Amino acid sequence: MKAESAPTRERPKILPSNPGKIGESRPRADGVPKVRGEFEYSSDLRVDGMLWGATLRSPHPHANIWSIDTAEAEDMPGVYSVLTHEDVPGRKVYGMEVPDQPVLAWEHVRYEGEPIAVVAADHPETARRALEKIAVDYEILDPITDPAEALREDTPKLHLSGNVLKEVHIKHGDVEATADVVVSGEYEVGMQDQAFLGPESGMAVPDGRGGVDLFISTQWLHIDRDQIAESLDLPPEDVRLTLSGVGGAFGGREDLSMQIHSCMLALDAGRPVKMMYNREESFYGHVHRHPCKMEYEHGADREGNLVYVKARLVFDGGAYASSSNAVCLNAGTFACGPYDVPNARIDSYMLYTNNPPCGAMRGFGAVQVCFAHETQMDKLANKLGMNPVELRLKNAMKPGDKFPFGQTVPEPAPVAEILERVENMPMPEEEEIIGRDLRRLPGGVSNVTRGEGVKRGVGYAVGYKNIGFSAGFDDYSTASIALSVEDGEPIIYVHTAAAEVGQGGVTLQAQISRTELGVENVAVLPADTRIGSAGSTSASRQSYVTGGAVKMACEAVRGKVFERVREEFGDEFGGELSMEDGSVLAGNRRIVALAELLENGGIEETVVYRHKPTYPLDENGQGDAHFQFAFAAHRAVVEVDEELGLVRVVEIATAQDVGKIMNPQSLEGQIQGGVAQGLGLALLEEIQMKDGKVQNASFTDYLLPTILDMPPVRMEVLELADPDSPYGLKGVGEPPTISSTPAIVAALRDATGRELNRVPVKPEQLAGIEGEPIRRAPQPGSRGPVADDLGSEA
Amino acid sequence: MRQRLAGHSVPFLPPGMVSGFEFQEKHMFGDRQFAEGRMFAFPSHYLKGDGFMDAEITLRVDGEEHRLTVDTRTTILDALRESIGNTSPKKGCDHGQCGACTVLLDGRRVNSCLTLAVAHDGAEVTTSEGLSENGELHPMHRSFMEHDAFQCGYCTPGQIVSAVGMLDEVEAGWTSHATEDGENVSLSDEEIRERMSGNLCRCAAYANMLPAIKEVSDR
Repeated sequence: MKAESAPTRERPKILPSNPGKIGESRPRADGVPKVRGEFEYSSDLRVDGMLWGATLRSPHPHANIWSIDTAEAEDMPGVYSVLTHEDVPGRKVYGMEVPDQPVLAWEHVRYEGEPIAVVAADHPETARRALEKIAVDYEILDPITDPAEALREDTPKLHLSGNVLKEVHIKHGDVEATADVVVSGEYEVGMQDQAFLGPESGMAVPDGRGGVDLFISTQWLHIDRDQIAESLDLPPEDVRLTLSGVGGAFGGREDLSMQIHSCMLALDAGRPVKMMYNREESFYGHVHRHPCKMEYEHGADREGNLVYVKARLVFDGGAYASSSNAVCLNAGTFACGPYDVPNARIDSYMLYTNNPPCGAMRGFGAVQVCFAHETQMDKLANKLGMNPVELRLKNAMKPGDKFPFGQTVPEPAPVAEILERVENMPMPEEEEIIGRDLRRLPGGVSNVTRGEGVKRGVGYAVGYKNIGFSAGFDDYSTASIALSVEDGEPIIYVHTAAAEVGQGGVTLQAQISRTELGVENVAVLPADTRIGSAGSTSASRQSYVTGGAVKMACEAVRGKVFERVREEFGDEFGGELSMEDGSVLAGNRRIVALAELLENGGIEETVVYRHKPTYPLDENGQGDAHFQFAFAAHRAVVEVDEELGLVRVVEIATAQDVGKIMNPQSLEGQIQGGVAQGLGLALLEEIQMKDGKVQNASFTDYLLPTILDMPPVRMEVLELADPDSPYGLKGVGEPPTISSTPAIVAALRDATGRELNRVPVKPEQLAGIEGEPIRRAPQPGSRGPVADDLGSEA
Repeated sequence: MRQRLAGHSVPFLPPGMVSGFEFQEKHMFGDRQFAEGRMFAFPSHYLKGDGFMDAEITLRVDGEEHRLTVDTRTTILDALRESIGNTSPKKGCDHGQCGACTVLLDGRRVNSCLTLAVAHDGAEVTTSEGLSENGELHPMHRSFMEHDAFQCGYCTPGQIVSAVGMLDEVEAGWTSHATEDGENVSLSDEEIRERMSGNLCRCAAYANMLPAIKEVSDR
């Protein structure tokens, strides 16, 4: 499949009742209400008599709390409930992996914006005013904001367990190996925000018998449910969650935000309670992508064969654990990139600090290290006088090689192939810069020059990542398929707890069901906790794991259908049974219509699907930790105005292996969206911190890519089936985010000759205002070897 | 303390009105005041008393007339979502930064979160829901679906209303910063990008919005 930003192939015509089969593009199953604005996001919910919840947050990143006085707030007319840590009925802390985060803070606050009290009132403004009446006596402490400082022995400990949340050490081959050619560098990735457009919100409704229903936007209903039930001290069956519309997620909805708070308020007040963060509060209400500092050393022989990689990664986990442990492990395992590296020593550290808690975001640890290892590969190519793509091809990992963490590289692992593909894709047309239409200069019509300072550059990068949950995690999904007859027509009901966050999961579930059972009408039921867990909509895993569960449940239903056919029609059909067009066929012969066969009762099957097991790493960081790997390569073409520091990304080209294209249109959307977030990290997006305080909690100051920033994306998609996965598919959501960032920065380096060891790259760096030395004369348009040395001797 | 944050925390209050509240900036952010938490603002339109005014206005929303009493500080977005119960326009930022709340106000696209309802008594408001006629999807609705010009869908009603309003502006001959000769508007890709750049899409379905909008404009 080849596609560009304005795809030329035929678009599907709207037939909402027809989900199509797998491999076809179909309009989204939830498309009509979404375009009309009738799709109910959690922020759109309302019910008569509901109260509004609001959260009091710490203005200090680090403080002791000596007292919290809520008396005045409680006395306010219209206020129904004012709750603090004392009112948490059960476990006073929560967390997905490590329950270390207070539901409401008591003795300490460890980050700016930490919740201290919650209020429910008959009206949001009353709730907000009540917050002001709560008197909190703080003793302000110095915040620990630098992970390197947190790591030092003499630094005060933010948690009883110490400041080191997790460390992963990978020793592979000869860790003392030496080499003829050595390059090293220090790299840094800033704190990126998921910035989903629909802020955190939800509504809790007490059931009058001590239990609660929560309507919520989240990525994983069951892990929310389990944490809420623990803190409410309720059995899980008394806490029922239903997914509302989710306005984007990208990792930022894996952790709890207002879930426990709204349930506590609803149970206390005996009324439904709605909570809805605004944009500023949203910046404090969810975890972010981990900032990371990385020291790297690569050794190679004179022919360019990698001999060793040494890396030390220091991640800022912020105040609480979130999913940091898994990020630390992921980053360690992928630190060398998709290359055959015979010897490696990787030390990955995750630290507690007084910065905002960091956790999951699209790419999950692979993003940070990819920026570093790809920059290192370019440096090494420079030093060797080699073409950077040639160096990558020479070292590309192949099936049968060993990952640095000891696992064998499985089939397929087309690293060389995707690199060759992006290299061979046609380059965008090169337009004369001087005299060009202003709209196509960096900065567009706001560029005040005539383009005298504009240089073009090209950069390449390749990256990879695991799909799904790793290192021994029991990763599964549950699906129920009910096949019945309504109004004389067969219909499939699909029920899972998988969160649709915009990735197209509901459409895909319908496509799989229709493919497997040959029935036109498919209804996907709302995701809720009445059925077993589907796991999280993250780690690019839902197509694989919930897709696998839906397929397996359909197979079980089909088995029952065939049983019934054999019971009624005997065993002799002269052909294999199949289901198509609402009928059961034997070969090409129609045996019976489903409408007839199921007249006296439908068939329902519920299954749990698991992929093959994974294992934790041992003390040397060795183990079969992951079950699937996805690869993508990117080529970026950029133009930089060296005087103004403005950038125009001219084009991104990408090749990605997806195993099997399930829905071409959705796939293109995932690639486009992933590239955009990679572009954001390269050029625009960073939560700026000062003394533990967020400086830019708004969309005026935290910049997201707009339609003006997005270049055309040229894509080639490979379908190399994974023998273990349903239909051979691979997860697709994250790889586009991983190597797009380093490809863009490599192109900026090619254009400007500057080092650019930190992302996002600022205009000041490109214009040379912020101590960014030029190490060589820029060579616009080149991507070949340059004489000067970018690296330093180790 | 930081002015910027304080300014963002009471976004719905015109500057002159802040003094009427007992919670002034110093109370919100000053050191060791009686209430030292950060406040997060909610729409204020159902607040009564405190010397603030209510006003009776009429809005014609998606063809239907609504007579409402609103606090004079109420935005059209809050009037739609909270008073009338039309949640088609979304609140993504409440500061005019994201465009998810875009509606047509007397035929012209506006960020409804930055537009005070009381200033538009008698106005005609069209949301994405109201673009449908006789239950039929608007061509822009269909085109967005066929081109898969959205993922999570949160920005989508705003994008669609913005695109419809934008095509009317082009039809009326309004130029943009990106208009080639500054006079004659032809709807090039650059024009569409420039004119749609006020609507954020975090899922980044931009590449599909472009042909979706083009297809409608070509008809």
